[in-house]
Amino acid sequence: MASAPQETATARLSRLLTMVPWLVNRQGIDLAQAADDLGVSTEQLEADLRLLFLCGYGQMPDELIEADWEGGRVFVGNADSIARPLRLGVDEAVTLIVGLRALREVPGLDERDAVDRALAKLEAAAGEAAAPAQRVLAEVADGGSPELLARARRAVTDRRRVHLRYVVPARDEATERDVDPMRVVGIDGQWYLEGWCHRAEDTRLFRMDRVEELTVLDVDGTPPPQATERDLSEGTFRPGADDVSVTLRLLPGATWVSDYYAVDALEQVAAADGGGQLVRLRTADTAWLRRLLWRLGGRGYVTDPPEVVAEVHDGAAAALAAYTDQVPEG
Amino acid sequence: MRVSSENGGAPSAAQVKTERLLNLVLVLLYARRPLAKAQIRRLVPQYGASASTEAFERMFERDKDELRELGIPLVTEDIDVLWDDEPGYRIHQRDYALPDISFEPDELAVLGLASRTWAQASLAGPAAQALRKLRAAGVERDEAALIGIEPRLRTAEPAFDAVKDAVLRRLPVRFDYRRPEAEAPAERHVQPWSLVSWRGHWYLNAYDEDRQAPRVFRLSRITGPVRPHGRPGSFEVPADHEPRVMAGTVAASGAQSHPAVLRVRAGAGHVLRRRARTVHGGEDAWSRVELDYRDLWAFADEVAGYGPDVVVEQPGELAAAVRERLAGAVAAHGAGAS
Repeated sequence: MASAPQETATARLSRLLTMVPWLVNRQGIDLAQAADDLGVSTEQLEADLRLLFLCGYGQMPDELIEADWEGGRVFVGNADSIARPLRLGVDEAVTLIVGLRALREVPGLDERDAVDRALAKLEAAAGEAAAPAQRVLAEVADGGSPELLARARRAVTDRRRVHLRYVVPARDEATERDVDPMRVVGIDGQWYLEGWCHRAEDTRLFRMDRVEELTVLDVDGTPPPQATERDLSEGTFRPGADDVSVTLRLLPGATWVSDYYAVDALEQVAAADGGGQLVRLRTADTAWLRRLLWRLGGRGYVTDPPEVVAEVHDGAAAALAAYTDQVPEG
Repeated sequence: MRVSSENGGAPSAAQVKTERLLNLVLVLLYARRPLAKAQIRRLVPQYGASASTEAFERMFERDKDELRELGIPLVTEDIDVLWDDEPGYRIHQRDYALPDISFEPDELAVLGLASRTWAQASLAGPAAQALRKLRAAGVERDEAALIGIEPRLRTAEPAFDAVKDAVLRRLPVRFDYRRPEAEAPAERHVQPWSLVSWRGHWYLNAYDEDRQAPRVFRLSRITGPVRPHGRPGSFEVPADHEPRVMAGTVAASGAQSHPAVLRVRAGAGHVLRRRARTVHGGEDAWSRVELDYRDLWAFADEVAGYGPDVVVEQPGELAAAVRERLAGAVAAHGAGAS
């Protein structure tokens, strides 16, 4: 929220210089509505308006900014010199330009032409502030078929239920389910379909590159009221209350694991003790963990709990047995 | 003069400063000619209250710098060509204001989407403010212009903001960097060329001053603060630098593909089956899957991950690499074996 108590004087000034033109062009806007659109609390907006009311190019009443919000409607006047927004700063120009360029790369996007037009206008308007944007490049996600992605998007906009054949690689399992789509979201390098899953009776994220089939059904796909979008600010991983806590020893060479998976605790191990890390993570399902440890081939291992240690050992031993049965060639 | 008061109490220092800066901006934008410091002191009441001329001048110098930091084009000009001894100050409206641009509804919709791409990132504030500026004069758009898709960028790496600023300002920096196989982080001195988000991670492309060669850094492996190591704009980014190509070299392998034959248990190996050239259902509970792989070690990791559900038939080097991993896992977990 822009109204955080630690907002500096310059940050507030910058916000006010954006707020004034916005309000000048929306005379009589409802106070609560304006606060909401401006991303501040009503109290903050009132404090901002009180401050504006004290400022001007001189201190005579006709030189001061007029700000009135009695009756819950906001009017701002006598602010001609700041009635236009300040030019875009570098961060502002960069975020929009990088965002538009990332959008351009979204497979199967129908709005590519609008993106190009917006980009051209924006770059012209931003002038010098646009130049550093060529040094920041973001790819939102790749993977998944463009055709599938486009079909999923249409299901969202048309509010149609879909039938998925979906692979859960962690359990190496193909599942069939009906889903009411809520949105298609690209995050952490992957595209996901978020929707209400009628099999799980809960909101689920489906990674698009694991969708084997997606059929749009001739059924209304409006999600039930209890379906809520997941907060993705911490990524797509969501630990549950009944998860098992597992301790992993990662030797140097396997420490990438703590970059890829959400860990609760991480401790560096001294070089004298072999180096690497000791990490703790929570999981509802140890199938993916077994698979991770098999592929690590001893570069990482579970130290606790003992049941999981045994699961990993026994599975690897069974897999190895298939090879010792083979007669070596030659 | 209207009296400053917030809920009847004395205004906070930050509040007084905001008023002072806003008054200064309004005075300098309104001026038709450059204003001398003494005039500015008279017109901005918060300056009038300062104790001495020295105190006022110190405060004014700081305020000027801070306004310029915000991108406000405060310029110094001669007040009169005949009196060249005292500088004057003003802000030209033409340099201050965002040029008049109008966007079509579909353009505003994609701009909104571009702005929301950063909604969960440290740049959420600038992204929202930029959109608000562009929409200031615009007709209100119906947000429900539903595109059905939400790209999201995250900036979870603690070093992101400092590295981003260094890239944008071409500022040489130093930081501690933990290489994947190294025991301890080592200090690196670099000229930041570009910042790339690729497969969900941020990478810094830079010129490494110690190694005298270009290097790619993963932001999540930068530990501790990122400190300046030179002046902004003190190096040039090579004209032929391609951010995506350079960052991509870290993980890309241009290796050739090799055929493999696997036995895959019924109901398992779904990802392998999807990639297969051919799948033959066996008479028992196993299928014979033929597919191609590029990187032996990466593919051996993947196959080992299937444990007892996938067995390599060919080639021998792949089978050996998988057996090595499985044997390693057995040995490492031996103590807890049932």
